[in-house]
Amino acid sequence: MAKRKLIDLAHARSGDKGDTVNIGLIARRPEDYPILVREVTADRVKQHFAGVCKGTVERFELPNLGALNFLLRESLDGGGTLALKADPQGKTYSTALLRMEIDD
Amino acid sequence: MIRIANGQGFWGDSLEAPVEQVRRGPIDYLTLDYLAEVTMSILQKQRSRDPKMGYARDFVDMIARVLPDLKERNIRVIANAGGINPAGCRDAVLDAAARQGIPLKVGTVTGDDIMDRLDRFLKSGIELKNMDTGEPLAAIRAHVESANVYFGAFPLADALDRGADIVISGRVADAALVLAPMIHKFGWKATDWDKLGAGTVAGHAAECGAQVTGGNCQLDWESIPNLADIGYPIIEADPDGTFSITKHVGTGGRVTVASVKEQLLYEIGDPRQYITPDCVADFTTVHLEQAGPDRVRCTGMKGRAATNFYKVSISYAAGFKAMGSLVYAWPDAYKKARLADRILRDRLDRLGLRFEEIRTEFLGANACHGIAAAEPSPEIEPHLPEVVLRIGVRSENRAAVERFTREIAPLVLNGPPGVSGLGLGRPRVEEIVAFWPALIPKSEVTPEVSIWQSEN
Repeated sequence: MAKRKLIDLAHARSGDKGDTVNIGLIARRPEDYPILVREVTADRVKQHFAGVCKGTVERFELPNLGALNFLLRESLDGGGTLALKADPQGKTYSTALLRMEIDD
Repeated sequence: MIRIANGQGFWGDSLEAPVEQVRRGPIDYLTLDYLAEVTMSILQKQRSRDPKMGYARDFVDMIARVLPDLKERNIRVIANAGGINPAGCRDAVLDAAARQGIPLKVGTVTGDDIMDRLDRFLKSGIELKNMDTGEPLAAIRAHVESANVYFGAFPLADALDRGADIVISGRVADAALVLAPMIHKFGWKATDWDKLGAGTVAGHAAECGAQVTGGNCQLDWESIPNLADIGYPIIEADPDGTFSITKHVGTGGRVTVASVKEQLLYEIGDPRQYITPDCVADFTTVHLEQAGPDRVRCTGMKGRAATNFYKVSISYAAGFKAMGSLVYAWPDAYKKARLADRILRDRLDRLGLRFEEIRTEFLGANACHGIAAAEPSPEIEPHLPEVVLRIGVRSENRAAVERFTREIAPLVLNGPPGVSGLGLGRPRVEEIVAFWPALIPKSEVTPEVSIWQSEN
């Protein structure tokens, strides 16, 4: 099966709520949305962020926007002002997710 | 139809954006969001030094600039610029109006500041548990610096109903700033759940300013025109709860279904339950359609009954931190940066300094994406043009953090070669103000609305 990078199928935006990061993942074309639903599971996202996401990953579906929303808990080194990271609000986690390779 | 323009996504956003929103095209209302989670404690400190302070000074300067335009075109303003001193902010705005000889009515929404009532609440069994961890507030009570309830849109709308040209609040839900003029103008009731849900979606779309008009937009980012002159969002709202998102003609940026989708997904949790003081909005019901250039039409929004709780934002002192950086240049930049990190940690150990956390990142190698990016390959690694070593520490002990800041610069002379201090000087020790989210029954707190008139 051919592999594709998620960035070719989707765009994304991420942000924070405390120590939780949310990543909104949006299909570029409506026909790609079912592929995202099938391939980008909460488990795969948890694996993809191994070592970064120390809590659970929860996934929500927004078929009306052709989008998925992921909550990555315990992923910001304490979050907000406690974090010592260069990206304490998880703004760049969106493109980190788009590095994922999926089956076509 | 009413036009609601947002001119400020956070305190520190563009100083020009609100002025441009007023001057470059038709609007009826201007909303401004100044309060991030940590802002309240900063304002608290400012007020403790000077009882007249504790609000967003930028707001007063901005109002003074555009006041003649606001009056001439009957534009009304809704802002959470009051911080922890809405009365001080109101007086400063009324002074500015008096100096210009312009008659003005200012409304304030207060009652959100519960700092003085905290112990009473705790004593009566309201634990103000941390929504994320479940810990009761008692654990950090001694370190609390500010505590504010997020009110909803109805008190803001009440101030508009009573004729306020400018409404100044303390803490309110961000989306409430945009929802309030809809409630005021269209006469929506507190049980019009679908309409309140729709206005809340509009508020969420607009609350981060240019993040919905092409700023920070990933899809086709290179083709987004003229970001230097990016237009901020304008919500064109209809009485039935539908609305369009657009921006002033001739401004830069771009409003597309994609730019709106990215913002709708920004900082949300369960999309079926976007909880505000006014309702529970369902983001899975929004239908988006490109209705013209830089114009996205939003329909179909549903909402459900509000909960019986307000969210409370509590800030507390949580120790100290400092971050230092050095840049290592080719050749072997990454290897040198890693060695410098080991040396520095060794020296901190020898000094007997203990920290709750020491964190090292290598910017230019894999700092942002970490494991997802993997390490640079062995072929590439020695040839990286430069790598920034960024190291941070956190501790309850200020002296330990202070000592750490003295250990960065010496590495330029007594560590691996080919390094510069980035011209940043010695790192600054920062007091950490952390954030404690909690809930309080709505019956325990009441918003207060009052109207003041300038003396012209």
